[in-house]
Amino acid sequence: MINQSSQNFNKDKTESIVLVRGLIKKFGHFAAVDNISFDLRKGEIFGFLGPNGAGKSTTIRMLTTLLRPTAGYATLAGFDVVKQQDEVRKHIGLVAEKIILYNNLTATENLQFFGQLYHLPKDEIKKRSQRWLEKLHMTEWLSSRVITLSTGMKQRINIVRALLTKPDVLFLDEPTLGLDPQTTHLIRSFIRELNDQGVTVLLTTHDMLEAEELSDRVAIIDHGKIAALDTVENLKKIVKDNPHPNLEEVFLSITGKEIRDVTHSRVSSGRGLGPHGMIGQTKRIR
Amino acid sequence: MKTIFDLWHIAKKDLIEFTRDKLRLVTFFIMPIFMMVMVGFIFPSQNSIKNLPIGLANQDGQSISQQFVDAITNLKLTNNTDAFKVKTYSDTNAIKEGIKKQEISGGLFIPVDFSKKLMAGEQAEVTIVQDQSNPQISQMVNQVLSKVVEGFSQQMAQQKVSKMLGTSATGAGTNQAVSPLVTAVIIPVKYNIEGILAGNPNYFEFIAPGIMAMIVMTAVLMGLAASVAREKEQGTLDGLLISPISRLSIILGKALSQAIRGLVQGMMVLLLAFFLFGVTLHGSILLVILFLLLGIFSFVGLGILVSAVATEQETAAQILGILQFPMLFLSGVFFPILMMPPVMQKIAYAIPLTYAISALRKIMVLGAGLGSVHLELLVLLIFGVVTLGISVPVFKRVITK
Repeated sequence: MINQSSQNFNKDKTESIVLVRGLIKKFGHFAAVDNISFDLRKGEIFGFLGPNGAGKSTTIRMLTTLLRPTAGYATLAGFDVVKQQDEVRKHIGLVAEKIILYNNLTATENLQFFGQLYHLPKDEIKKRSQRWLEKLHMTEWLSSRVITLSTGMKQRINIVRALLTKPDVLFLDEPTLGLDPQTTHLIRSFIRELNDQGVTVLLTTHDMLEAEELSDRVAIIDHGKIAALDTVENLKKIVKDNPHPNLEEVFLSITGKEIRDVTHSRVSSGRGLGPHGMIGQTKRIR
Repeated sequence: MKTIFDLWHIAKKDLIEFTRDKLRLVTFFIMPIFMMVMVGFIFPSQNSIKNLPIGLANQDGQSISQQFVDAITNLKLTNNTDAFKVKTYSDTNAIKEGIKKQEISGGLFIPVDFSKKLMAGEQAEVTIVQDQSNPQISQMVNQVLSKVVEGFSQQMAQQKVSKMLGTSATGAGTNQAVSPLVTAVIIPVKYNIEGILAGNPNYFEFIAPGIMAMIVMTAVLMGLAASVAREKEQGTLDGLLISPISRLSIILGKALSQAIRGLVQGMMVLLLAFFLFGVTLHGSILLVILFLLLGIFSFVGLGILVSAVATEQETAAQILGILQFPMLFLSGVFFPILMMPPVMQKIAYAIPLTYAISALRKIMVLGAGLGSVHLELLVLLIFGVVTLGISVPVFKRVITK
């Protein structure tokens, strides 16, 4: 199976670094991720969009070996995310919803600690982080305890932490959530720069401008299923009544449609939304 | 080797983090002190029974009964304080009223004919009145008073027997120069009490090992579960889990940092017991440390299980609260297990803390060597291996759902 699909992509002259095939995650009877398949192409920024609770974080957690899939499989850099977890772990970086730093340690201590989890020598950790810290304007704050830093500063250190392993694939789960415009701008250009250096990025965000600005391709996931997957340009063609729609209109038209479909097919699961469901959804996104 | 390095790396991080948190650090040091002082001072010791108020109703008034009253009034404790504070009452009923009003904790009634009967060679009687609302105190008062009565009886007997045998009679009230013959008639069998060590046991020596084991083990159990739950809540656990180090290193590293903290607290308890409560350590300190570690080892599995299940610190604390309570009372910290009902005894022997405490008590109080505690050693090891064998796979399984 794995070989077959990678061959398909080789024909297109695009190499896939992440393969997701029929991935399902159920919590009890509820399918948080319901049979999704997609690829991450090497060197792209992949926008992973969807309403709250659509299954984005659950998918990321499965791809980063933090959750065990109920069914289906996924590989990363050729390694199975269930059977070859340690290999997968060496090739990924994760910026999760919660900041992965210890509040009572200084920024340097945090970076040293997490670096040593990968058995990197101290000097190497210092060398690697130095470059990124400079780019993110964080060199002055290294000996401050994380608890004393602002959210924006914490997130910048957090990103450097995720990069310590020189990951092939970087998972960014809402990296600019709750940050000021300056920090947001800095982080976005940093993501772009990393990508230019060859890092594949999977990015989730509720900021449609951010997704449009950064993503090479966008997947829109809703109710655990992929509703659309294409380049931003192609996705815009979906909106018929507006010749120049923005990504937000695309997003709403897709997730809106999906909800109406869901009310018919999912009544039995008890999660079906009534006619007002769409309105509720729209408000949340704005 | 890698596992050991990773494990130490995690433990070190946890310890550094811990020492940075001032509040946690302060409570860490205060808790054992607080516990020791509480337990050490609320439980009765020899010094705590002094100046006990008792009532005396002497209707006799003759010199013999007066000697008896003096014996009670002047009864001294080993540290030269009075055992009783005597109040005078008219009769038994007045003493009973006094007890009801909580003026006194017991009393002694000497009837009118006390001296007369003694002189006539009949058996005289006195009545000890006890306070039933306070079993411990009344038991103590009874014991002391009956000892005094007994002693007085013996003096009387010595005088009479001396007279009968025609040996040199001594004045009433003095017990010097009683011939061995007389003593042999009055008390044909004399008993000696011999302990393994010199000196009298005190209650604090009994509970100190238990307190130490309890503080250390509950701290480790609680600390481990709370530490994992905290990392879950804050999200930092994901940072450990996405790294290529083994789950075993993560959880054992956390357990190690807790064990080190527990051991520090254990040593604090030991020092406090020495210097504040005069407990003497009769056995080897190394054995004490060994058994504290074994005790911790036997508890780590349980801690891992709780930390695997609990997603929040509060949940962890609640689960442990339920476990801790029966453990505290059943493991023989405060009451000897032999005094418990048979069913409870069976439960007590299913708790690892019981064995840790039993071994520590033998080592600390009786100076036992490794040979006398090998059973406990074995049981604790088995407990630890079995619970770890169950909990580590469960932790691995649950932590990535």
